[in-house]
Amino acid sequence: MLVFDWFVLPFTLGLVYLVVTLLVKYFRWVKNLPVDEFAKVKKGVLSTKTFSAIREVFLESLLHRKIFKVNPLLGYMHTSLAFGWFLLILIGNWESRIFYHGHVSPPYVPIFFRFFNPHPVGFKLEAMFSFLMDLTLLVVLSGVTLAWLKRMRSRFFGMKKTTVLHMGDRFALASLWFIFPMRFLAESFTSGAYGGGHFLTANSGAFFAGFLPVESLVYPAWWAYSLALGTFFVALPMSRYMHIPTEIVLIFLRKYGVSEQSIFTSYTQVEINSCSRCGICIDPCQLASSANIRGVQSVYHLQSIRNCAVDNDKSLNCLMCGRCDNVCPVGIDIASIRKANRKQQAAQKENVYRYVPEGNAAKADVIFFAGCMTHLQPSVKKAMTGLLKHAGISYWFMDESGSVCCGRPLMLAGKEAQARELMANNKAKIVASGAKLFVTSCPICYKVFKEEYGLNIEVMHHSEYLLQLVESKKILVNRQDVKAVYHDPCELGRGAGIYAQPRQLLKSVVSLQPVSQDKENALCCGGSLANIKISNPERKMITADAVSVLTANNPDVLVTGCPMCKRTFAQASSVRVLDIAEVLSGALVLKQPTALIKVKNEERLAIQPVLIR
Amino acid sequence: MKHVVVIGGGVAGMEASAKLSEMGVAVSIVEKADKLGGKLNRWDRLFPNSRPASDLLAKLQSGMGKDIRKYVNAEVSSVRQSLKQFDIALSNGEDFKADAILISTGFDVFDAHRKEEYGYGIYDNVITSADLEKTFRKGETLKTASGKKPQRVGIIHCVGSRDEKAGNNYCSKVCCITAVKQAIEIKEQNPEAEVFCFYMDLRMYDRHFETIYKEAQVKHGIQFIRGRLSEAFENADGSVMLKAEDTLLGKPLKINVDMVVLMAGMVPSSGNRVKEQLNLTVAEDGFFNVADAHYESSGTNVPGVFVAGACTGPKTMENTINEARSAALAIKEYLR
Ligand code: SF4
Ligand code: SF4
Ligand code: SF4
Repeated sequence: MLVFDWFVLPFTLGLVYLVVTLLVKYFRWVKNLPVDEFAKVKKGVLSTKTFSAIREVFLESLLHRKIFKVNPLLGYMHTSLAFGWFLLILIGNWESRIFYHGHVSPPYVPIFFRFFNPHPVGFKLEAMFSFLMDLTLLVVLSGVTLAWLKRMRSRFFGMKKTTVLHMGDRFALASLWFIFPMRFLAESFTSGAYGGGHFLTANSGAFFAGFLPVESLVYPAWWAYSLALGTFFVALPMSRYMHIPTEIVLIFLRKYGVSEQSIFTSYTQVEINSCSRCGICIDPCQLASSANIRGVQSVYHLQSIRNCAVDNDKSLNCLMCGRCDNVCPVGIDIASIRKANRKQQAAQKENVYRYVPEGNAAKADVIFFAGCMTHLQPSVKKAMTGLLKHAGISYWFMDESGSVCCGRPLMLAGKEAQARELMANNKAKIVASGAKLFVTSCPICYKVFKEEYGLNIEVMHHSEYLLQLVESKKILVNRQDVKAVYHDPCELGRGAGIYAQPRQLLKSVVSLQPVSQDKENALCCGGSLANIKISNPERKMITADAVSVLTANNPDVLVTGCPMCKRTFAQASSVRVLDIAEVLSGALVLKQPTALIKVKNEERLAIQPVLIR
Repeated sequence: MKHVVVIGGGVAGMEASAKLSEMGVAVSIVEKADKLGGKLNRWDRLFPNSRPASDLLAKLQSGMGKDIRKYVNAEVSSVRQSLKQFDIALSNGEDFKADAILISTGFDVFDAHRKEEYGYGIYDNVITSADLEKTFRKGETLKTASGKKPQRVGIIHCVGSRDEKAGNNYCSKVCCITAVKQAIEIKEQNPEAEVFCFYMDLRMYDRHFETIYKEAQVKHGIQFIRGRLSEAFENADGSVMLKAEDTLLGKPLKINVDMVVLMAGMVPSSGNRVKEQLNLTVAEDGFFNVADAHYESSGTNVPGVFVAGACTGPKTMENTINEARSAALAIKEYLR
């Protein structure tokens, strides 16, 4: 027996439109992946990766675990909407399947079940189902209320900013807000007129029946519900709600190992369409919180790529600090997208640096590379060479009399071709030196040497190497009665995941105090080379705020592992700023004593001249 | 008798006190150092005529009669305005009422450590213009850290001035001519030495400045290179390699020198606690605002509070002295 009524058409047609549009889009995106990436998908589909993707879809797309972690109230809002809706569909299907004894019916039947069967006499499970449906509907309605509140007052959610909406979104949003209240009304009226329902709709039905002609309202209400659903489905592909289905695709692709490339691919399309515009990335952005720079944060940047309306400000006014990557609940590779975008915009030129001399290499076990930023901080350079000499290392100070840039600043500006030219120059010297280890005191250099040079020797940040030297007793140090805080440089911390080594190294010589925002949540110093749009006064605001967080507990010294951070902080901090190498060289035991236990005062280089100006 | 408190006992404070006292006003002058005279105690000879700083100081001192109450080693710890008077408390426990206040707190020399790339405090042979004055004032000859006479000296202009990164966008006005003066003095001590000045542009704006600049080139062979220093490296022998861009030739340039002198600029005097307590406004450069830039350069936004000298921006000695006198007149007029 076919149940049908004309009002199901808006819903049904909308659903068909949606499914076809999505399938076409997703098919194209997957098919257009770069060859290597596509191969990963083919290999992954039949592996256990598929199962773990399904698990993640459940946890993230339905339960929104990550949003919960960042902001429980916001998490509840997303979960109640997504998981609640999912349950409504699931339970509805279950109910109609049992009721119709397993007959496969068109998808609108479970959705409008209550219209076709207001009060199914003799259906034994009716009470249970109507209870479950009422409960789930209530949960979803609470989510809708919260979403509405968030639009009105984002502070209610502890968020400073919520996103700004555009036309397509408004349409979808309005219909989405309509869907569940309409369902609620349709079910209430039905129950008021014909009985049925449970604690929610039965009571509200009786309530409405008290003063409304519910019988004549039933039919229009179901029409309105169907129309709201149909409108939402049609608007969805053009709106931000595209993220709901797309995130599922993203999770699968990511599990199969697909990733962003140095240029835009169709995976980028999947990522930018997975952005829910939750706006979580706005709050950690110091451009917004310290310098009041609006409209450039990742949510807006991704949106502008999607709308093909990227302007220079959106792609270039960013510190590339990674603080937004760190919180994005969808796990979008924001930094890579921004880099690819910059590359797309920048002119790629060959043979720009032909004039740079090739230079000679010296044979050594270890290469020390200071980088241009360390050269601007001679005290760091002095400390490093002092420590290396003290430890008796055979090293070659590769850029002692002037450096060829590591290439990272050009990379960050999108000028990859130009960067590669400089990198080739440096790489030739490194290979020729025959060194087995490459050490740099600059996290900016570290990242590019480690990730982009393709060196087959080990690359270390000086904090890693110094820790090794201390642990192997090549460097002997004295503990100092000094309270220090450590600042995680963006490129070293979030950029390269090095958090433990500098801390361990510092703990061997000073007493390390905690900082309220550290490690993954560390602040950017504001000096970042990656932002070529920001003005100096704006930078200063960022720096000042970061310094006040770092020095909140009045440490004796603010230590970092990046010459750029050091330089930036030194302009704004009343607390002395030192590089980790300087702290260590101040704590150095000059002559190696026979017994380690006691070191006479004159045998060590006191830390005082370093710490106090 | 009306009472004026002068905060800051340098050139401006001394001259204004002398004039106010002459006009029959009771004056108390407060100085945080152990003697009056401010930077004049540290400078050797003054441009444009190489007159000894001690000579000018003696002249100023001659005006500081017995009537003027002098508080040295003292700072103003609190000021409060009550009706048309000010209650002032000093760090030494002293307190009094004043009918007007003159702020003449001058300037601090920019802390060259903050431009670490120039190596001050890190490289042995990098000094500031203030350090060089000290050497000259002690009557010593300029020597490198290892005790040798420097054969090549690099003088770097605009250290901490006209530098957005250092947070000081303004020109300190006197360091160009000071650089020329000191370059000549180095040559006078050691005529064989080569001296190079690295400048952005030369501000030879005042009377006699151009003449001295010309003399530096023609008579003393001092070389002026247009270009900002980018980096300084210390060589193994303690000499310093300077890297800059010669913007007139359009070429990068490297040059080894035995010593570097940094022309440290002027920054607003720190520890100016009166600022907050009196609600005085400062401009974005940190120096005090004046009531009217053309017509009332001694007044501030608070009636009864006056300013003179480098606390309202970099200026020369003679401008400072003129301002001190004009402030004295303005105060006298205000007290009528
Ligand atoms: S980029 Fe991530 S955090 Fe930002 S709005 Fe999109 S989903 Fe949310
Ligand atoms: S990378 Fe940093 S500066 Fe750029 S948008 Fe994200 S949080 Fe803001
Ligand atoms: S006077 Fe000359 S050296 Fe001093 S800040 Fe101005 S331009 Fe620079």
